[in-house]
Amino acid sequence: MKLTIEGLNSHYGPAHILFDVGFEVGEGEVVALLGRNGAGKSTTFRSIVGLVAQRTGRIMFEGKDVSLSPTHEIVREGLGYVPEERRIFTDLTVEENLEVGRQPKRPNAPHWTREKLFALFPNLGEMRGRPGGRMSGGEQQMLTIARTLMGNPSLVLLDEPSEGLSPKIVEQMVDAILTMKKEGVSIVVSEQNLHFARLISDRAYIIERGRICFGGTMAELDARPDIRDAHLSL
Amino acid sequence: MAFYVVQFLTGLASAASLFLVASGLSIIFGVTRIVNFAHGAFYMIGAYIAFTLTERLSGAFGFWGSIVLAALAVALIGVLVEMVLLRRIYHAPELFQLLATFGLTLMVEDLVVLIWGPDDLVGRRAPGFKGAIDFFGQNIPSYDLFLIALGPVVLGILWLLFQRTRWGVLVRAATQDRDMVAALGVNQKWLFTSVFAVGVFLAALGGALQIPRDAVHHAMDLRIIVEVFVVVVIGGLGSIVGAFVAAVLVSELNAFGILIFPKISIILVFLVMAVVLIVRPWGLFGKPEAPARKTPGLTVNPWRPLTSNERLAALAALIIAATLPLFAGNYLLTVGSEIAIFVIFAVSLHFLMSVGGLASFGHAAYFGLGAYGVAFLAKMAGLPMIVCLLLGPLLGCMGAAVFGFFAVQLSGVYFAMLTLAFAQIVWSIAFQWVSVTGGDNGILGVWPEKWAASPSNFYWLALGVAALVTIALRAMVFSPFGYALRATRDSLLRTEAIGINAKRIQWTAFVIAGTTAGIGGALFAYLKGSVFPDNLGISLSVDALVMVLLGGVETVSGAVIGAIVYKALNIWLVSQTDLSKLVLGGFIMLIVVVFPKGIVGMLEMLAQRRRKSSPPGSPLLAKPIESAE
Repeated sequence: MKLTIEGLNSHYGPAHILFDVGFEVGEGEVVALLGRNGAGKSTTFRSIVGLVAQRTGRIMFEGKDVSLSPTHEIVREGLGYVPEERRIFTDLTVEENLEVGRQPKRPNAPHWTREKLFALFPNLGEMRGRPGGRMSGGEQQMLTIARTLMGNPSLVLLDEPSEGLSPKIVEQMVDAILTMKKEGVSIVVSEQNLHFARLISDRAYIIERGRICFGGTMAELDARPDIRDAHLSL
Repeated sequence: MAFYVVQFLTGLASAASLFLVASGLSIIFGVTRIVNFAHGAFYMIGAYIAFTLTERLSGAFGFWGSIVLAALAVALIGVLVEMVLLRRIYHAPELFQLLATFGLTLMVEDLVVLIWGPDDLVGRRAPGFKGAIDFFGQNIPSYDLFLIALGPVVLGILWLLFQRTRWGVLVRAATQDRDMVAALGVNQKWLFTSVFAVGVFLAALGGALQIPRDAVHHAMDLRIIVEVFVVVVIGGLGSIVGAFVAAVLVSELNAFGILIFPKISIILVFLVMAVVLIVRPWGLFGKPEAPARKTPGLTVNPWRPLTSNERLAALAALIIAATLPLFAGNYLLTVGSEIAIFVIFAVSLHFLMSVGGLASFGHAAYFGLGAYGVAFLAKMAGLPMIVCLLLGPLLGCMGAAVFGFFAVQLSGVYFAMLTLAFAQIVWSIAFQWVSVTGGDNGILGVWPEKWAASPSNFYWLALGVAALVTIALRAMVFSPFGYALRATRDSLLRTEAIGINAKRIQWTAFVIAGTTAGIGGALFAYLKGSVFPDNLGISLSVDALVMVLLGGVETVSGAVIGAIVYKALNIWLVSQTDLSKLVLGGFIMLIVVVFPKGIVGMLEMLAQRRRKSSPPGSPLLAKPIESAE
């Protein structure tokens, strides 16, 4: 397994957010983490990369327990994270944003260069010197993904990549994610949009109120409309 | 005309060192969000070490080598400080960081005297820049010209460093979003350490470069840190270009202020700063910030009024305190009165800071105004003591009303700096308006009348007023006004959304706190029999902050305990050792790192833990029975 999460519990202050969350991602797989607003998708991702201070549980990445490592070490193992709020550096140019994400080449992951990323996201190539603050939402979303890819991750946690984007940009996003998959990057993508998830994912987990309540292939999910309707707003 | 040109050039030369130190402070703040009070101390150590090295190493190479070596050595000290002290408190509230670095400053002030002695040290002139250049009959030291050229060169180097290197890109990214930088695989720890090292290097370099111009002495840290605060606030925290422009502006204001307004030269700079803060709170070149971290404490621990048992305990403590004159001598009673007065002072700041979330760095202004108010009324109008005590604090009230109106327009670090600036203005007036305030000599002979003259009577008076003030402010915390004030502290926007005029509530709180501090000051004038500009000074403002934080910023009773412990410790230390600042500074740092919740906060935590470890079933069982009754 590429990534195995077991018994993940997270707290914000006195509030218990995640309850024994567990799931697996295979080599080269695209797995969707589905759930409504506030179900715990983002907290799950933030917990995995160590941005939530109070968390317990086991996080095995490529056979190594990283649950006690600080954020930057987890990321340097090859576990990339694309945050939900598109936290690009608004004062930095596109190229400088990419520079922050740059990490050395990794033997088991595709090697991304600026030029390769500009080919993947042509819009970015046309605005290399533009400050991140003066880009549209879709362009910012592409930049966050490109920035994480500069770290040559072998697995990427993508937090709601389609949120708030126009249908045309969403299409581009689907293409980009499929290209990443083809290059051999494993992906966990959190989504509310089942249609979008179906276009890219091999398997899906559903999270509701901080608990995983379903896990299976997309076909298995389609065979259970009761679960789909109970836990996902369509 | 030539004279003005020379004056202008002198100003530019002074700007160089100021810019170095200010840019260092700005860089450190940008990334770590720590307002490094110890920056002046690093500047001072830089000067001292450079002095020693230049005495040892001869020749031009020795001199310039010494300057750079001194800055590097201090940068190394900075790295140690960052790793040992600051790394532990990055997630603590801003105030704690300021306090920890202030503690460090205190320690350095004593250490420097211990190592280099108390006398001013006059350093070597710079080889190659010993002479002066004649400019239409006026002399310009050639070293000044060197400094004038150095400023832009350093600015250029820093610009290249930040725009053209990977390190610079990472630093700029971290200035905006630290967590995201870590989430991209960058080791924040080393980034912070390196930033701190660069900032300290610049400060120490600024200090080392001063030795051919100025004598090295052990008070140069406070003098520069106030100016540097002004510079970074005018220029914009985190902006290096801003630091440069503001350093030039401030230095020129100083250079020409003395010529044009000799009486108010000190005030001029602070007036400009106040105007800038009001018009552009984030500085000339800074950027508006997202709402700062709100509550001053670490966690939200809801307050409750005292239970009847606790009330009895507080009353008992007061009665025991009131029996002090029965067995204590005059010295102890005077100390007791001073402590009672500082309880008033600390409680007033606590009200503003913990209840209102407005951490003032110039609270002594209102304490001192109260003291001057009494002195004016008693000495000039010759009014009786009771009238003076009642009317004197009104001066503090008026000062708080005027300054508070402007100050509450800001929040967080900028609020702290504006209050500091206002306090410095008041201090400058007291210091420079000699005909009214007596300047440095103060106003003497403000003695209490017969009925309050004996130490025990005065003690009872001070204790009584302290008790009344504490009770009144505490009652206010749990009044509707107190709720509204706490709401503005926790969320300004939401408070306004439910129809509360948040700014007016904060302004009222500021005036209440200022007036209360004035009451303390009024008593203080009678206790000491005199009033000096120091009664409004920065160190007194910081004393008050330390008292509140020491007791525990999150607790309502913390300020009282903090004032008693700090003042008693302070008086005792000064009588015991010449190195009181060293001990006190170490003590402050220890408190911040080990007991960030203060004395009372720690006691509460211990009590809670004991309650939790008591047999688990019993409290649960007890509850239904209680509610059934």
